[in-house]
Amino acid sequence: MSEDQNNLNHSTIPEFLTDILPPEERILKRPVAIIECFQEIPCNPCVDSCPQNAISIDEGINRIPQIDYDLCTGCTLCVPKCPGLAIFVVGVDKEDKTKGSVTIPYEFNDLPQIGEEVIGLNRQGKPVTPAVVKKVIVSKITDKTAVITLSLPSEFIHEVRFFKRQSSK
Amino acid sequence: MRIKKHPILEFPVKKKIEFYFEDKKLEARDGESIAAALIANNIRIFRFSEKKQRPRGLYCAVGKCASCLMEVDGKPNIMTCITPVKQGMKVKRQKGRGDLI
Amino acid sequence: MIRKVQMAVIGGGPAGLSAAVAAASQGVTVEIFDDNFIPGGQLIKQTHKFFGAKQHLCGTRGMDIAQILLDRCTQHNVIINQQATVTGVYANTLGVLYPDKFEEVEFKSLVVATGASENMIRFVNNELPGIYGAGAIQTLMNVFGIRPAQNVLMVGSGNIGLIVSYQLKQAEVEVECIVEALPQVGGYQVHASKIQRMGIPILTNHTIIRAEGNEQEGVTGAIISEIDKDFRPVPGTEKYLSVDTICLAVGLTPLADLLEQCGCKMTTISELGGRVAVHNHYMQTSRPDVFLAGDVSGIEEAVTATLEGQLAGLAAAKYMNIGNPLIIQNKMNEILIQLNEFRDGPFGEKATYGSQRLLKEYSYE
Ligand SMILES: Cc1cc2nc3c(=O)[nH]c(=O)nc-3n(C[C@H](O)[C@H](O)[C@H](O)COP(=O)(O)OP(=O)(O)OC[C@H]3O[C@@H](n4cnc5c(N)ncnc54)[C@H](O)[C@@H]3O)c2cc1C
Ligand code: SF4
Ligand code: SF4
Repeated sequence: MSEDQNNLNHSTIPEFLTDILPPEERILKRPVAIIECFQEIPCNPCVDSCPQNAISIDEGINRIPQIDYDLCTGCTLCVPKCPGLAIFVVGVDKEDKTKGSVTIPYEFNDLPQIGEEVIGLNRQGKPVTPAVVKKVIVSKITDKTAVITLSLPSEFIHEVRFFKRQSSK
Repeated sequence: MRIKKHPILEFPVKKKIEFYFEDKKLEARDGESIAAALIANNIRIFRFSEKKQRPRGLYCAVGKCASCLMEVDGKPNIMTCITPVKQGMKVKRQKGRGDLI
Repeated sequence: MIRKVQMAVIGGGPAGLSAAVAAASQGVTVEIFDDNFIPGGQLIKQTHKFFGAKQHLCGTRGMDIAQILLDRCTQHNVIINQQATVTGVYANTLGVLYPDKFEEVEFKSLVVATGASENMIRFVNNELPGIYGAGAIQTLMNVFGIRPAQNVLMVGSGNIGLIVSYQLKQAEVEVECIVEALPQVGGYQVHASKIQRMGIPILTNHTIIRAEGNEQEGVTGAIISEIDKDFRPVPGTEKYLSVDTICLAVGLTPLADLLEQCGCKMTTISELGGRVAVHNHYMQTSRPDVFLAGDVSGIEEAVTATLEGQLAGLAAAKYMNIGNPLIIQNKMNEILIQLNEFRDGPFGEKATYGSQRLLKEYSYE
């Protein structure tokens, strides 16, 4: 399939993204949630999932969720609660700004091991960078959605949204 | 082709039962439909159409089309997608409309 | 001897179950008739977390919602008849066909919550075994734990096509691509994004034109093609895909034949999926003893099916003069507010528009 076809329609996401991204200084302070939910759909569990009340949805449940980056602590609690799997947490290492992290919701067999090298994929599923699994959370609260944090070069924190294991095809 | 491991679902081990497809003994799980048991055994051709004898199989799985009709224990036109498979059941491909008497 | 029930409900999906519970909570004796041998309708195969707000059990997986509703039925002594296919509705009786008998059941009020059936589209060899409706694939995988395919072509990028593609990947089945006839993805962006980041392409302005296969194996491949704005295949753009299964997720049509057969006034509204029974806010049809709820009243989703079910159950109780009419009216008003809130987005517009047209026809009576 050609690049063009893959990108159809959803090339719009990175465009929208630039409007919602927190300022770089904010990301340097501590990790932060990025909500990639750009349509008015009848949904709001993200609002209740955040212990800091950082996420809000105006009147009713159909408006687009808004996040207050000053309130967000980057705790990742909202990540498994979003049925759209549309919330990611990104961070940059304060000491070494070339190192970054991305937290991703994951609902597939064979969870990766901590320390495992994986391949970071972009929003079109294209490999963009090697990454290392830093954290894997599965608990009753996450209801079978694993929350996986990858370490990767910080230049890819707004690009990597999925990964594949090296063992998979 | 049974799913052994699933990230969300658990499939409790169910009692194994046996049934016959075209006189061949096959294995099924208690509580599943005849259609599901056949597909688990990689059988997709359930019947042949009346005029052109074209193969037909499962389509909707909820009893709303007529694609999966088969002959079960001698009775034709059984909706195999919403009929549970039973121990010793004899299931056959149906040809055409099936004889009613 | 004809058996008698106060309220009969046809269909044991979220709409039917909710209608039964709502009526039973007012003191109505209720029986549900469902043709499947597992109750819960479409919900039992939905492994994903649902949208909606907290009071709608959002963030809960569909299959778990089914269990919650079934437990409520048990609490309220609602009887669920399984493998009970309603074959006809008459003046005040139902014909019910079981695997081994036929029975007539007399009712004072009736809620029809039969859901919808999957649409089919035209292409060469579209009846080959190995071509399934999306619901069938879900039933095989998620209810019976059977992997129905190795690699699949998905036709249709509405929410169902997107969600089932995701569920196929969870069951370790490859999804070759999704073809969509329209120039844009039909379902929610968040669902599409999930699929795309796994590397499954969504080809808009594309359709399937032919299934390939034979008498022994069924489907062995598919030919897809680009289409122009009038949905005509563009010559020279055909592509062969080697797939063993083709999944059709091309929309649903309300299963409204019982409503039509029992004399309810019908109309055709494409926004709602086809032929539907004219009804008022409280889900009452032109036959005052017959109510409807869920996908049969127009294709929407489980949340609206549940809310409509509650409305229908309460309205039926009120119609039979059972329960406290004031309490019932208050509850119905609350539910109407929730319904409006749910539909108040661009994706709810079609349903809102559709039901407004229905209401108009109802009030012309
Ligand atoms: C893949 C997929 C994903 C979905 N995702 C979501 C989601 O994320 N959120 C959401 O809110 N909704 C979702 N939905 C939609 C939701 O499942 C349906 O809208 C909802 O189940 C409709 O409820 P219902 O009770 O009207 O019909 P159904 O659930 O279809 O139930 C109708 C029942 O009636 C029975 N029946 C029909 N005719 C007869 C008869 N003559 N006699 C006896 N019984 C009969 C049927 O067998 C069935 O059991 C999804 C649907 C699908 C297919
Ligand atoms: S990461 Fe934590 S603090 Fe930030 S929005 Fe999510 S739940 Fe709230
Ligand atoms: S929970 Fe997820 S999909 Fe739902 S509104 Fe919030 S961000 Fe969007």
